[in-house]
Amino acid sequence: MVLLRVNGEQHAADVPADMPLLWVLRDVLGLTGTKFGCGIAQCGACTVHLDGRAVRSCVLPVSAVGEKAITTIEAVGSTASGRKIQKAWLDVDVVQCGYCQSGQIMSAAALLASAPNPTDADIDAAMSGNICRCGTYVRIRAAIKQAATGKAEILQAVAPEGAA
Amino acid sequence: MKSIDIDRRNAIKLTGLSIAFLWSATSGTARAAMNARRQSSDAAAAAADGNPPFAPNAFIRIDADGSVRLVMPSVEMGQGIYTGACMMLAEELGVGLGQIKVEHSPPNEQLYANPFIGGQITGGSTSTRGQYQVLREAGAVARTLLVQAAAERWQVDPAPCTAAQGVVSHAPSGRKLTFAALAKSAGALPMPAKVTLKDPKDFTLIGKPLRRVDSADKIKGATQFGIDVRLPGMKVATVRACPTFGGRLVGVDERRARAIAGVIDVIRLDNAVAVVGEHFWAAKQGLEALDILWDPGDNAELTTSELRGALASAMANGVSIVAREEGKRPADGKLIEALYQSPMLAHAPMEPLNTTVSVTAEKCEIWVGTQVPTRCVAAAAKITGLPPEKIVLHNQYLGGGFGRRLESDSVEQAVRFAKQVKYPVKIVWTREEDIRHDIVRPMYHDKISAVLGTDGRPVWFGDRITGGTVLGRWAPMAMGKNGLDGDLVECAAQTPYELPNVKVEWIRHDMPDGLLVGWWRGVGPTHNLFVVESFMDELAHAAGKDPLEYRRALLQKNPRALALLNLAAEKIGWNQGALPPRVGRGIALGEPFGSHVCLIVEAEVTAQGEVRLRRAVVALDCGIPINPSSIEAQVQGGVIFGLSAALYSGITIKKGAIEQSNFHDYRSLRINEAPLIEVHCVQSKQPPGGLGEVGTAIAAPALGNAIFAASGVRLRSLPVERRLLAQSAAALKQVAANPVGERGSMV
Repeated sequence: MVLLRVNGEQHAADVPADMPLLWVLRDVLGLTGTKFGCGIAQCGACTVHLDGRAVRSCVLPVSAVGEKAITTIEAVGSTASGRKIQKAWLDVDVVQCGYCQSGQIMSAAALLASAPNPTDADIDAAMSGNICRCGTYVRIRAAIKQAATGKAEILQAVAPEGAA
Repeated sequence: MKSIDIDRRNAIKLTGLSIAFLWSATSGTARAAMNARRQSSDAAAAAADGNPPFAPNAFIRIDADGSVRLVMPSVEMGQGIYTGACMMLAEELGVGLGQIKVEHSPPNEQLYANPFIGGQITGGSTSTRGQYQVLREAGAVARTLLVQAAAERWQVDPAPCTAAQGVVSHAPSGRKLTFAALAKSAGALPMPAKVTLKDPKDFTLIGKPLRRVDSADKIKGATQFGIDVRLPGMKVATVRACPTFGGRLVGVDERRARAIAGVIDVIRLDNAVAVVGEHFWAAKQGLEALDILWDPGDNAELTTSELRGALASAMANGVSIVAREEGKRPADGKLIEALYQSPMLAHAPMEPLNTTVSVTAEKCEIWVGTQVPTRCVAAAAKITGLPPEKIVLHNQYLGGGFGRRLESDSVEQAVRFAKQVKYPVKIVWTREEDIRHDIVRPMYHDKISAVLGTDGRPVWFGDRITGGTVLGRWAPMAMGKNGLDGDLVECAAQTPYELPNVKVEWIRHDMPDGLLVGWWRGVGPTHNLFVVESFMDELAHAAGKDPLEYRRALLQKNPRALALLNLAAEKIGWNQGALPPRVGRGIALGEPFGSHVCLIVEAEVTAQGEVRLRRAVVALDCGIPINPSSIEAQVQGGVIFGLSAALYSGITIKKGAIEQSNFHDYRSLRINEAPLIEVHCVQSKQPPGGLGEVGTAIAAPALGNAIFAASGVRLRSLPVERRLLAQSAAALKQVAANPVGERGSMV
């Protein structure tokens, strides 16, 4: 039995100690926002936070989590950096298929928490572990900068509510 | 203003797939019939739909509380079509995008076939092209009925009534009624004989850079993709199919797997085995504990070089099918010939293939994100022996498609497995399975030639394309009468240029049995534009001309393409100032999928042969732009997909099996490698062109031409071979000593 603190809630899971956190989240706790992409920490789709630090949950044995607080995409909006990143993601309209975006947002939120004004090099370093096959990189970079500065970076999509 | 005669359309019968003609807009009759079709009188279908009081056609449901539900004929795999389709419907209906909810369509050829393809298929960059008129007309039908209902209630002339934001207004009297108040009476009215479409100058949605309708859930992890489906009593399985194409399962020793906690079952097909567990981890541990004996079959020793050799031999000796022939090759002039080679490619969508299936004696239910829902239903009916109406398919958001989900192989496999168990099972392929059992983009071998006149202009253009057909397997009825695969020669048989004498031919050389080839983003144009546009660059240099000037001279009769070439050149500052050493720019121009595009890539080739993408500028004419924000995103993403493949991707085969397995050896462009990409979309009143594949199709030649400009090395084979680009042997040794590792691992 493993005890986990996920998004502020305690969970007890009867799972093998070597089971990656990803599958505990997805298949045991039902938190499917965190995605499976490669299983070998190459694509970043499974990124979650452990005490605010971005980790690849597909290769993290659940027994290695210990007391650390797990935050997933479902709750990252309750952190200051996560909220800013999600808003910028909407304003810039980053997503395409969206499958990698949980991981992208988790990596970006961890970056913004540690580097409030990230440079291009900071963005490269923090985000190069997250693959997007749709190729949303131009907007990801713009959205991170926009989240940091509040300044509109590129073509701004218009909120649909105001239209028609 | 445009009036559409509805009655005439009702008389036209839809014949579904039998009229299918892929990538050719011959099936306007299907569009017309679909457009005017009212909701099925089938009570069960109406109940499944929530019995909306107003459902004037396949796409629009308005509930008693005024909720507007729009049913999406295409699937959403990132391309933004849910947003585009909603804009087309909402524009004419008179609602804001913030007022609507979207629903996946159920499999139904009659209601949701894309008239451009003649099937309920999302692919070929056809969704907007096929449905621009259909969805606007469907919206106009609904609006006309709502307005009529209001006018009858008020006993006024409907002409001055307008619909906007879900409200019908009568300006002369100031009266208003909501769609909620009108839904029931509108639903009781007969179909209007005529509807009037908005004049484009009055558009309030179409043409605006609107946010996607699916973003809000996607940024919260709340969107359900196929892989996220969870059902009561559901188990999770993972699969290993015979690694060798066409091989068979001989036997499995499952004792070690059965001993693993959480493993429930081991199930077999004649070419694959699956382990079922309480969760994916148990299934995967179980799969790895299996001792499997395969019979590799006829392809046991197959290699890529053997396939390449067979293609070369076919090119030399094979009989060709002529796609276009005009004039004759002149005896005089400067002959230039080149051999181009393109590799097999995997799709590697971020969401690995998966299907959830529940099979009982009475019914088969499938949850999957697929580009071909009706094909999946037909396949499941055949496998289960159940009638098609007992197959219920719930389509899902797709975590990328790129053509991979135009196949039903993984769904068929899942149904075969699920038939053997008494519980719902979600079958998830590992990334390794996803790449090793991709249905790959074919490999090609092309001999391209030109004769240049004294002024350097081509007086002859010849292209001898050699490779296997996708269309011939996937939609054989769409092959040309002479056996021509029209997709395979697209953007070679027709180019933007003035070419007086032309011969474009195809030598069909299919892969060995078991090695299936499939659609890959950009299909024919991706392959042909690499060859043709790289070669145009070669011709410019052979003629001693600047590649921009050379193309300009050949575009004097094609103002639409010339304008794009000039726009891209202006935006990047072509020949404005010197570039740093080993930095170059490459142009590519093309007319794929009914759009017109020019891409200029600026790249540096380091002394060690590494390619650094500095900048990319796209000039695009895609007809009337529906959503400029989506257009920019699609083109940027498409260019990155194409650059990614050109730089890093190639599927190779050893001992009859794909050698690559995951993102470490099937590389994808990462953010630190991606260039800034500017997209300049021109205003146009022409009908919409396709977009999903345009950026991908134009990427590789612009990159190759930039590499040539930077390094002087002409690459005629993909992916880019860095060793050929190193400035010197010493520089190359430096690379060997300090290989650039994969980035990505953080834990």
